[in-house]
Amino acid sequence: MPITVVFLGKLADLAGTPEKEVEAPLDWEGLLDELQGPLGDAAMADRTRVAVNGELLADKTALSAQDGDEVALLPPVSGG
Amino acid sequence: MARFVELLTEPFNPGQFVGPFTNAHPGLGGVCTFVGEVRCDAGVEALELIHYERMTLKGMQELADTAIARFDLMGLLVVHRTGVMRVGEPIVLVSAAAKHRREAIEAVDFAMDHLKSDSWFWKREKRADGWHWIEPRERDHSDLARWA
Repeated sequence: MPITVVFLGKLADLAGTPEKEVEAPLDWEGLLDELQGPLGDAAMADRTRVAVNGELLADKTALSAQDGDEVALLPPVSGG
Repeated sequence: MARFVELLTEPFNPGQFVGPFTNAHPGLGGVCTFVGEVRCDAGVEALELIHYERMTLKGMQELADTAIARFDLMGLLVVHRTGVMRVGEPIVLVSAAAKHRREAIEAVDFAMDHLKSDSWFWKREKRADGWHWIEPRERDHSDLARWA
């Protein structure tokens, strides 16, 4: 089973898709390799958080996703 | 203690939720209700709220539990829309029931600040030239800091 990467908010626009599947396992460097251009920059931005199976990572660079996991990239919420 | 938290994808009538919620708390001293609607801003044709199924509702439930404990509420009702909305449609409803009025009023203010600035919703507006994402504002951080 692959890993599903979910793009929320404007990251879905940057990715051109709400989600994509990647091969397991997946660490932070591997994730950045999958994200080109502005999408990679947005993923690296301080305020973009990463969750695995609905649980926020305190340190996204410690990402360690396995078969069947869902990895979400969460940009800052809109507020206002 | 009663907690009602819902995410809806279709338009709703706040009164249909507040009535039963109030009736479910006999002996209360006060109910405070806030309804947020899609504002009529020049050029805005529609508003879309995007949520994340795995985290948004769970986060709202945790927020409700926090508010219930912090303000010693008898009950808290939180209803939030997602999807595409038109001007004048309700986006959010928060209603707090408490023994005393100040707890009910402050709990609604607390819940609204956290729903706006600390819950998993992303917004975009449709204008004549297409959809535009709404970015966080400095005001959202100062709103949250009030409760630190």
